[in-house]
Amino acid sequence: MNSINWVEIVSIIGAVVAVSFGAIGPALAEGRAIAAAMDALARQPDASNNISRTLFVGLAMIETMAIYCLVIALLLLFANPFLH
Amino acid sequence: MIHSPLASPPLFFIGPIPITAQVLTTWAIVALVYALCRWISRRLSIQPGRTQTLAELLLGTLQSQIRDTLRTSPAPYLPLIGGLFVFVLCANLSSLVPGIEAPTAHIETDAALALIVFCAIAAFGIRSRGLIGYLKSFADPSWIMVPLNLVEAITRIFSLMVRLFGNMMSGAFVIGIILSLAGLFVPIPFMALDVLVGIIQAYIFSMLALVFIGAAIGDEAPHSLTEDA
Repeated sequence: MNSINWVEIVSIIGAVVAVSFGAIGPALAEGRAIAAAMDALARQPDASNNISRTLFVGLAMIETMAIYCLVIALLLLFANPFLH
Repeated sequence: MIHSPLASPPLFFIGPIPITAQVLTTWAIVALVYALCRWISRRLSIQPGRTQTLAELLLGTLQSQIRDTLRTSPAPYLPLIGGLFVFVLCANLSSLVPGIEAPTAHIETDAALALIVFCAIAAFGIRSRGLIGYLKSFADPSWIMVPLNLVEAITRIFSLMVRLFGNMMSGAFVIGIILSLAGLFVPIPFMALDVLVGIIQAYIFSMLALVFIGAAIGDEAPHSLTEDA
């Protein structure tokens, strides 16, 4: 097995690990954010416009972490600088 | 092997400039939206019909969102934010047409949109505070924060670009994988989810652009929501 094969194998494993473990943190954080927003909505239904706008923007920012992991995985698979 | 989502092969050349399928789709969307707007605005009447009511509803919603976020008159910001929203919405939903790939699922379109937002933030900031005042706002709590604020100005635009690209591209990717694994009619619920994601991402893109502009123009705007990673 020559060295180029090793780079490919490690890249694929790295992509899998990046997506699988990188999704854990944002998933927990989004769950907490939605739970807090539900709580706030139940207490103050009048402020629902404000709460849901803030929730959507916050969720987008949390989600960005998972998207970063996805982009790293795609770079490893499709645009790997160590493979030619 | 699925072809790389980062590559976009050119269809033909105009002089030295390569033209890809996304550019053609973008031109088509711009032309369609322009024609639709001209058609609606030519037939305005006191007693609105169905299309005029829909258009006024969209315009009123956009105005109230801008007013709520910036706490100033929405008039200077409405063309930019409304244009961004309508274009990103049409671009995200254009993947529903068979044979057309959403232009926002390729990183070049998102990079161009993010560049527009970057220039707009600087322009509105300078217009509102003056050049010196805008540059001073980078040293807001103290001068120690200058490198951090400079990095933040770049990274939030970068994350704006990567967020739209990642969401739209991953939707198309998931549909492709499921189609190759399961068969013809199985991806339909995922396409419905993709429509929802497309609408939400269009809203989020324009709202984040609005929030960044609000942070740049200063005191009238609330300072929450501006800490991006």
